[in-house]
Order: sequence, then structure tokens, then C-alpha cells
Amino acid sequence: MLVEWVAWLLRTIAETILPFIASWTWIPWYTIALLHVAGAMLGVISVLAMFLIWLERKVSAHMQDRLGPMRVGGWHGWAQSIADGIKLLLKEDIIPLAADRPVFILAPVIVFGASFMSFVVLPFSQAIIVSDLNIGILYVYGISTISVIGLIAAGWASNNKWSLLGGMRSAAQLVSYEVPVGLSLLAGIVMAGSLSTVEITLAQSGGVWHWFIWRCFPFSFMAALLLYIGALAETNRTPFDIAEAESELVAGYHTEYSGFRFSLFFLAEYANMFVSSALVVILFLGGFSGLIPVSFVPDVIAGPFWFLTKTLFLVFVMMWVRWTLPRLRVDQLMGVCWKYLIPIGLVNLAAIGLWVSLS
Amino acid sequence: MFDGFYNAFWFLVIGIAFVLVNLWISSLIRPADPAAEKLLPYECGEESSGTGFVRFNPRFYIIGLVFLIFDIETVFIFPWAVILKGAGAFVLVEMLIFLAILVVGLVYAWGKGDLEWIRQPTRWQPLVGLRTED
Repeated sequence: MLVEWVAWLLRTIAETILPFIASWTWIPWYTIALLHVAGAMLGVISVLAMFLIWLERKVSAHMQDRLGPMRVGGWHGWAQSIADGIKLLLKEDIIPLAADRPVFILAPVIVFGASFMSFVVLPFSQAIIVSDLNIGILYVYGISTISVIGLIAAGWASNNKWSLLGGMRSAAQLVSYEVPVGLSLLAGIVMAGSLSTVEITLAQSGGVWHWFIWRCFPFSFMAALLLYIGALAETNRTPFDIAEAESELVAGYHTEYSGFRFSLFFLAEYANMFVSSALVVILFLGGFSGLIPVSFVPDVIAGPFWFLTKTLFLVFVMMWVRWTLPRLRVDQLMGVCWKYLIPIGLVNLAAIGLWVSLS
Repeated sequence: MFDGFYNAFWFLVIGIAFVLVNLWISSLIRPADPAAEKLLPYECGEESSGTGFVRFNPRFYIIGLVFLIFDIETVFIFPWAVILKGAGAFVLVEMLIFLAILVVGLVYAWGKGDLEWIRQPTRWQPLVGLRTED
């Protein structure tokens, strides 16, 4: 829907203002509109990531009883992230001599590409979605596993012992936590009866009491919590950030990356935080539907407002958790996943399956 | 078009193009001042010795293997989850049996010590011991 609207808009503008261009359409208008939408989404992600980085610094600062960025741009240092982004573009690109060059260059591309592709199925509103794939949730689940390849590639190609160990640990962590995340996603899908993100959200429309998080209380609440904890682990956030903690393995798999290559990993991490929170919101917190069934503003405004508010609130809670809880040791981390979260996830799935098929 | 994957494909293309264009812009405005010390691997200021491709613990392989089993299980549960609503008790019981079989697998891996980060020797001793040396 979104792409069709943009295509109609571009075609109308082209035909009224620039008729001589409108005639050579060997590239279909749909593709041109899609490229515009992809560019716009890239802009949204960049601004979002920059905003979240600034927010993280402010939140962490205020939780530590200090102020954070205050100078760049005037009001509370709002332009700090922009300045940091430009700084990273200006840094020298050092590739270690003994590094595996093609893989070294490919690794951030895989990680960022996987992050970016997950944005295709996020429903900002019923019609504002790039592509309502009928296997939306499975698509996001699969794409997020591809970024593990990028991590291992980064750790391996750096030719640095600590990067290799950090990359393997990070990959082991991500791969282990895919299982509880998958089980929680399944719990949400069982309640919805569909894999399409728009359909799952529409099944929760009509008010707060229809949201899946209370539909099969307490099991669906546990499933939502499990998905959120899995999301924290998937994005390497504290308390699960053993792989990239500054005091542990320098910077883990991205130690040897400088300049823009590093900022790609960084962008991908914050984009992943957004996508993971968005998954929790879509599956358990009602997606783009509001708190009450009546709506006083049109859907194209109310939808994105609710979706972004809920998702950004969950991202804020991720930051809150980061600066509140201590870090788990790596064996505790794996123990939590395999011995606690997976049994709980299996019990949840069975219980919700029972509940749904008996009602 | 193509069930929406046309859009996903172009998103991949634009993602890769974003990376390449930005790296090209960066190459125009960044300094290039190679020195031998800069190209060495970083070890918190120490001199590095030996190759970076060190041996790592096979526990990572075990974790990957157990993950693979559970991931395939999850993939099999996906279609069931979509059709469960309104499909009756037989469908539910069938999947509960499948989950039970996989729980047995999890308990086995747990009991054998495969889920420990630091591998202890196996705690399950044989019932009829034929141990001739200790």
C-alpha cells in the first residue's frame, strides 16, 4: 500500500511537472517508488539510531547522577550524535596487515544488511508498511540469524585473538538465545493464528484489553517477558554484554574496526534494538492500535504515533536495564538460557497452545 | 510483486549501496597515513605473539549443534502455530507429543553435561561397571 501510494505520487508529479521524464519509464514506477521508500527508511533508521545513541548517553548520565552531552548544538547536546557520525567518517581506515581482507570488509555489510532488511515488515500503521509479507515474523526471525554470520566473520577476519574469542562468544550467545526468542514468537503466533505482522496487530485491535500480553495470563505475560529478555541478549545489551564489554575483551569482535565500518556495527546494534522492541510490541502489546477503540485522529497519524511510542518506551527500558543490572558471567549467561529460559519457553508454548485450542 | 519479496530484495540492494557509498565518501575525506605500528593487531598495547587464528574450545561447536536441533524443532512448530486456532484437540496433542520428545532430548543434553560452559566429566556412571583402572 505504502509503495503504491508513493508510486502514484511520483508518477503524478512527474507527469505534471516533468512530462519529458515521465515518458521514459523502462524502470517501472513501482520500483522507483520502492527505491524512494527504501531511501526514506534508511533516513529514518539513521535518525533513529542517532537519536537513540544520544538518548542512551543522556539516560545513562542521569542515572549516574551526571549530565551527559550538553554542549554540541546547544540544548542538551542534541547534535552530539551527528558530530560523532561525521567524526567517524573522518577517521583513518586501518585494516590490520594480517587480516583476511575480503571477509573483513564483508562482515559489517552482512550485519547491517540483515538489520536493515528487518524493517520491511514493521507495521507503522495498517497501510504504512513496506511489504506485508504473509510470513512476516518468520522472515524477521530468519534474517536476525544471518547477522550471526557477520559477527563470526568479523571476529575471524580481524586476525586478533581477542576479536576471535569475542566473536565466538558473541555468536554462541546470540545463537543460544535464538531458541527462547523463537519459542516466545511461537507463543504469540499461536494466539494470533497468522505470521503476518499486520494481521497479528489487527487481532489485538479494539482496546487495551485485547492485547495478547493479557490474553492467556500468566503464560502470555511470561512469553512477552521471555521475548524481551531474549531481545536484550540478542542485541548484546547488559546484562548480557560479555562479548563487547569494555572491561572484558576490549571491544570484542569489532576491536579492529575503525571509522565508518565501526559505525555500521553501532548502527546495526541500535537498529536491532528497535526491531526487537518492535517485535515485542507487535506480538504482545497491540502494535499500532491505540488504547481505546475510538480514534479521534485519522489512522495514518494515530498508527505511527502508538507504534513509535510503545517501541521507544521499550527501547528506553532496555537502556534503563543496562545501567541498573550488573553483567552476567558467560557461564551464567549460557546457564540462564539453556536451563531456565528454554524450559520456561516450552512450558509457555504448551500452555498457550492448550488455552487457545480449548477456547 | 513476488509476494512482497521484491521489496525485500530492493531493501537489501539499497542497504549494500548505502554501505558502499558511505565508504566511498569516507575515502574522499579521511586521512591515509599508513605506518607499520598501526597495522599490528591490537592487544592493549602489548606486543602480539603468534598468529591470531588461535584454537578455541570445542564447546562452541556443541552449543551450535544443540542450537541446530532446537532451531529445526522451532521451524517445525511454525506451521502448527499458524493453524492451531480452531483446529481441534488432535492437532494440539500431536504437537505436545513432539515437544515432549524434544524435552527428553534437552534433559539428556543437560544430564550429560553438554549445557555446561565448563565441561565436567559425565556424571552418569554406568550401572554395571566394568572399570578395571581408576
